[in-house]
Amino acid sequence: MAKNFKVGEMFKSGILTNNPVLVQTLGMCPTLATTSSVENGLGMGVSAMVVLIASNVVISLLRRVIPKKIRIAAYIVIIAGFVTMIDLLLKAYVPALSKSLGLFIPLIVVNCIILGRAEAYASKKTVGASFFDGLTMGLGFTFALFIIATVREIFGSGTFLGHEVFGPAFEPASIIGMAPGGFLVLGIIVAVIQIIQRKKKEKKEGNA
Amino acid sequence: MLTSLFSIALGAVLVENFIFNKFLGICPFLGVSKKVETASGMGMAVTFTMTIASAITWLIQHFILDRFGLGFMQTVVFILVIASLVQFIEMALQKMMPALYSSLGIYLPLITTNCAVLGVALLNIQNDYNFIQSIVYGFTAAIGFTLAIVLFASVRERLEYSDIPKSFEGLPIALVSASLMAIAFMGFSGLKVI
Repeated sequence: MAKNFKVGEMFKSGILTNNPVLVQTLGMCPTLATTSSVENGLGMGVSAMVVLIASNVVISLLRRVIPKKIRIAAYIVIIAGFVTMIDLLLKAYVPALSKSLGLFIPLIVVNCIILGRAEAYASKKTVGASFFDGLTMGLGFTFALFIIATVREIFGSGTFLGHEVFGPAFEPASIIGMAPGGFLVLGIIVAVIQIIQRKKKEKKEGNA
Repeated sequence: MLTSLFSIALGAVLVENFIFNKFLGICPFLGVSKKVETASGMGMAVTFTMTIASAITWLIQHFILDRFGLGFMQTVVFILVIASLVQFIEMALQKMMPALYSSLGIYLPLITTNCAVLGVALLNIQNDYNFIQSIVYGFTAAIGFTLAIVLFASVRERLEYSDIPKSFEGLPIALVSASLMAIAFMGFSGLKVI
């Protein structure tokens, strides 16, 4: 198989320049709902990544078999199958995490990142490339969730992965951990990214 | 009976609003909320689908999945039912109510991947609602969604003309406004029918 894709570039694109959450703003529901603690955010990120890799590989394998007209339905069934597996695995091995993520595990099915990658990438590219696409996009999703969850957990409850950060004198702003804080933190992070993007663009134009 | 329905409705519209409390249906909430007109169109399409989806998924869960011990197939079956239901609604509207179709048509395909619809179907089962309660919950949760998206669209229409810091233009300022609205909706917590 000829290598028609660059792994290093894909990592950079998936995690930074084309981050599915922070730049493309896809998959907002789980992003906001599961980032009140780092543990939940990472759990969600990794679960979605596993589903994304598996569905990308299977869809890429079947890309010549699936008829064009019913492709979306076929993708949804494949994705839903993997989501069910993850759901049952989490219930069996990490019941606490499964309970705190709750509804959002079955809702991975309707995560637009996964269907989006299936339609835009896996249905056209080779198996290897689709695997790396799933891996890098999944890592990007996990990375974004990790950042948001870190900010929210540190300011919202004064802890990081359950360990206290500032000592007992710190009065946590619990609103950051609640629903409004999710919107606020995500808004500020996206704004910071827009500043960085603009600076980069200005620099490029300055050089030219 | 009536009080329980009323308390479900009150909870779904205000106290546990799908957008501001449960984070369900955020994608259309951010995506199609630039104008009040499109927002209310989306709200109507979601209301229509969520009510019917609640009824049908409840029937499937209780008469097919539970009866044959197929509970683990829930996710797969529900999403397929919702996807085909959306297709069916689209075709039916096109045939029977072309006027409504031309205003809702473009939003319908988007609804398949709206997590609010699958979410409400799963919540109905999780909360052990009966058939009537499920329908009421589906309908009122969608009303809550419509309320949120229409209010948010009117805020965003104003934002178009206001002077905002450059880095906050677009999505960030929308998210910050949503955050403020969520704080307002927190004021409803504790509202209960005894």
